[in-house]
Amino acid sequence: MINKTIGNKKGEILSGEEIPVLTRKDFVSDQEVRWCPGCGDYSILAQMQKMLPALRIPRENIVFVSGIGCSSRFPYYVESYGFHSIHGRAPAIATGVKAARPDLSVFIVTGDGDGLSIGGNHLIHILRRNLDVTIILFNNRIYGLTKGQYSPTSDIGKTTKSAPLGTIESPLDPVRLALAAGASFVARSVDRDTTHLESILYKAAKHKGTSFVEVYQNCNIFNDGAFSAFAEKNVRPEKMVYLEHGEPVRFGKQREHGLRLDGFTPEVVENATADSGLLVHDIHQESTALASILSTMDYPDYPVPVGIFRQVERATYEDQLEMQVAQARENQPPELQDLIAGQETWVVG
Amino acid sequence: MAIDSKSEERIETRSQATVRFAGDSGDGMQLTGNQFTKTNAVYGNDLATLPDFPAEIRAPTGSLPGVSGFQISFSSNDIHTPGDNPDVLVAMNPAALKTNLTDLIKGGLLIVDADEFKPLNLRKAGYEKSPLEDGSLAAYQLISVNITQNNERALEDLDLKPKERFLSRNFYALGIILWLFNRPLETVERWATDKFSRNPIVLEANLRALRAGNAFAETTELIHHRYEVAPAEVAPGTYRHINGNEATALGLVAASQLADIPIFYASYPITPATDVLHELAKHRNFGVKTMQAEDEMAAVCAAIGSSYAGSLGITGTSGPGLALKSEAINLALMTELPLVVLDIQRAGPSTGMPTKTEQSDLLQAMYGRNGDSPVIIIAPATPGECFEMAIEAVRLALTYMTPVIYLSDGYLANGSSPWLVPSIANFDPIPNNYKEVVRDGDSAYDRDPETLVRRWAIPGQKGLEHRVGGIEKSFETGNINYEPSNHHKMTLARAQRIAGAVRDIPDQVVNGPEKGDLLVLGWGGTYGAITSAVTQAQEEGMSVASAHIRYLNPFPKNLEEILNRYETILIPELNNGQLSVLIRALYNVDAIPFGKISGQPFKIKEILGKIHHVLGHSKSFKFDFEED
Repeated sequence: MINKTIGNKKGEILSGEEIPVLTRKDFVSDQEVRWCPGCGDYSILAQMQKMLPALRIPRENIVFVSGIGCSSRFPYYVESYGFHSIHGRAPAIATGVKAARPDLSVFIVTGDGDGLSIGGNHLIHILRRNLDVTIILFNNRIYGLTKGQYSPTSDIGKTTKSAPLGTIESPLDPVRLALAAGASFVARSVDRDTTHLESILYKAAKHKGTSFVEVYQNCNIFNDGAFSAFAEKNVRPEKMVYLEHGEPVRFGKQREHGLRLDGFTPEVVENATADSGLLVHDIHQESTALASILSTMDYPDYPVPVGIFRQVERATYEDQLEMQVAQARENQPPELQDLIAGQETWVVG
Repeated sequence: MAIDSKSEERIETRSQATVRFAGDSGDGMQLTGNQFTKTNAVYGNDLATLPDFPAEIRAPTGSLPGVSGFQISFSSNDIHTPGDNPDVLVAMNPAALKTNLTDLIKGGLLIVDADEFKPLNLRKAGYEKSPLEDGSLAAYQLISVNITQNNERALEDLDLKPKERFLSRNFYALGIILWLFNRPLETVERWATDKFSRNPIVLEANLRALRAGNAFAETTELIHHRYEVAPAEVAPGTYRHINGNEATALGLVAASQLADIPIFYASYPITPATDVLHELAKHRNFGVKTMQAEDEMAAVCAAIGSSYAGSLGITGTSGPGLALKSEAINLALMTELPLVVLDIQRAGPSTGMPTKTEQSDLLQAMYGRNGDSPVIIIAPATPGECFEMAIEAVRLALTYMTPVIYLSDGYLANGSSPWLVPSIANFDPIPNNYKEVVRDGDSAYDRDPETLVRRWAIPGQKGLEHRVGGIEKSFETGNINYEPSNHHKMTLARAQRIAGAVRDIPDQVVNGPEKGDLLVLGWGGTYGAITSAVTQAQEEGMSVASAHIRYLNPFPKNLEEILNRYETILIPELNNGQLSVLIRALYNVDAIPFGKISGQPFKIKEILGKIHHVLGHSKSFKFDFEED
């Protein structure tokens, strides 16, 4: 048999295996990177390559799966196994990879068009099934590879070549979608904040279950500055909220402001004190209510929340599948000839 | 002519009989047909069956669209089809009579449940007057039985609601038929005892209904004689009953064991392919992983992902689903990964007629994708053969690292026949292109210079880290390559790789004379009708042979030479001439297309009639359903 399951926990190798000491450059492939100069994708690739050695997983046990679009070129640039598939289908391909081989560490790289438009259905269903894979959705709110059409996350009114009078479609929020689909790990980061991004990628990779990470990514050609109002270094402290588990939700240069709930509505408290009744973030809540409320905080009405919205433990698809196989084998050892003969036979001659 | 000493009824010996059970879709006609089938199989007849059920799960009770039918033909000789026209029709209500009567042979036996010919039911079936009373059934031997009332009476002391009693009428009807053909009740009784072991009242009701119907038939004056169909002379061995979908699923499990590679089967429910998913889902103990995908694309993509990771990726669908999978099939082709795609064909285009059979996806399988994209295509010819051909699909996919499209159809999928259970020890192990050892300088795109097949480099193999994808790849390295010369070379290489599979497929065989006036060329589920018709034509002294193609791309290497040995080539197909297009284009042969596109399989007499016409023995040929 070809496949021997050698371990199935992402980020862990079974004892007795040689733990490789790898560096960032071990994950740099020999392929020439072909994104536009200045593209936010470079940062995401760099943080990923920096993060991967920390997982201590052999390169050959890592698989990157992507769909179609600028972001989906990603697997070519990582020195591991990679599958650049077809538009929207990366979650489905990855489902097959992981269901067949739970021992592999699987990453999905997708974009707002690939993952939310043509592949929206697959994204919902992989989140629902909870395969132990890590999904990085590059959200630049535009179609890049096809040269500048609006995407399902483009702001309403956005003028593009396909909407010269402005788009009349409401955008979709990837975090809200992931929460609604029951994702066991939902996070957001931005390309410009490399430290935060690397740490979120690491936590996502370590989570057992489907990890969904939305990364705000600047397309400097077709949608330049889409996130600069809150993601540039100088405005970040005031305009973004870094969610931390178990901590009051605070922001500002000195973390002087905070958030509390007025019913179901988040409310900014400037210069908050210990008595301000600030919301304490809890990523492990089974209910998605808190995470959902936080996910409704849109710029400019609120500072933009980044970090982990939700992280809960839930049985993975592949573990349950393996369990069914093991249980079935125990209940009824496989006897092929008996199976072929079936329940009712008769003998002639 | 034997005399039954007890009842003094005549027993007429026949070599073959065809019986159709027809009723409302809630009347249990499929179950009744299956039980009668099993009884005859155990008795030793050769047989073939054809269920014909409505598209609606529960169409309005008593309506014409709600009629469900099951036909069985059983014989003391070799038999290949479920019979052209029934000799006996059981009609459980007026709608069943209306939709099935035209098929019953003139003078045939017609058994009806008279209780159901009530004004409301007659109206639903579009009868103004009861056909039982207006003399319109004079051409048949009408046996009008108060099945519902008699059955009620037999069950009256059981603690059941009237509606529940009504549900066992089919057993009453089965009891009549078993008596009519002089068959024991034992097989049905044994099955029922097992099936309803947890529900003693229902078991009792069904057994009583069965016996009451049987006793009624024995004592009534209405039935004048019984029929005897002697056991057939069939090859010795252990037999079972199998339909095409079951055989396909079991073939895949067997192939997985022969290849020593676990199956990953992903599928989206679609008629008539879903039963393959149902069957495979039962076999987790063989390491079979099944997944009900969110859509057709997900199903094929998950299968491809599993193949990439070293499993045997398989997906199953029907025509509309094949269309949705076409982009992904090309991905498997481009990435040179093994993939088996089952297409259990149904009547198209679009949604078409999901429960009706057709062979109209051949050209879709052949050409229904963007670019020059050859894949291997094979097709089983009989329900039992689905087992071997499923193994063949896996063997070719693993040998040539390619998608293989397996074209079954609704007729094969649901039709069943006795099947000589093969011994798995007689099958060869299936090799693949995985190599355990990775040497310095090895690459995922190392190719066999003769077959052009690349190695199966699966994740986990150190030193073979590589990227695959749908973008054109360099022949040598597998890296993205847009060079004109490389695309030209790769396109030819893909064609050559598939064409080269001919070395691994058996030669075409011919049934009948080696050369002659006419070759009837077929493929897929039309095998039974073609073979029966050609055998009959040969008996009539005509110079006719038949050849049934199992390997449609590439064709067997001796096919062209065979075609050249006959004056005329006739190609019957359940489509508007798709194999004809391929044969004409590839071999420049003036083949005569003969398409039937009614959603129903060929009748033997239709093919025989066409043979007569082509050979000049008759002036014209028309299907019965064609208007003048």
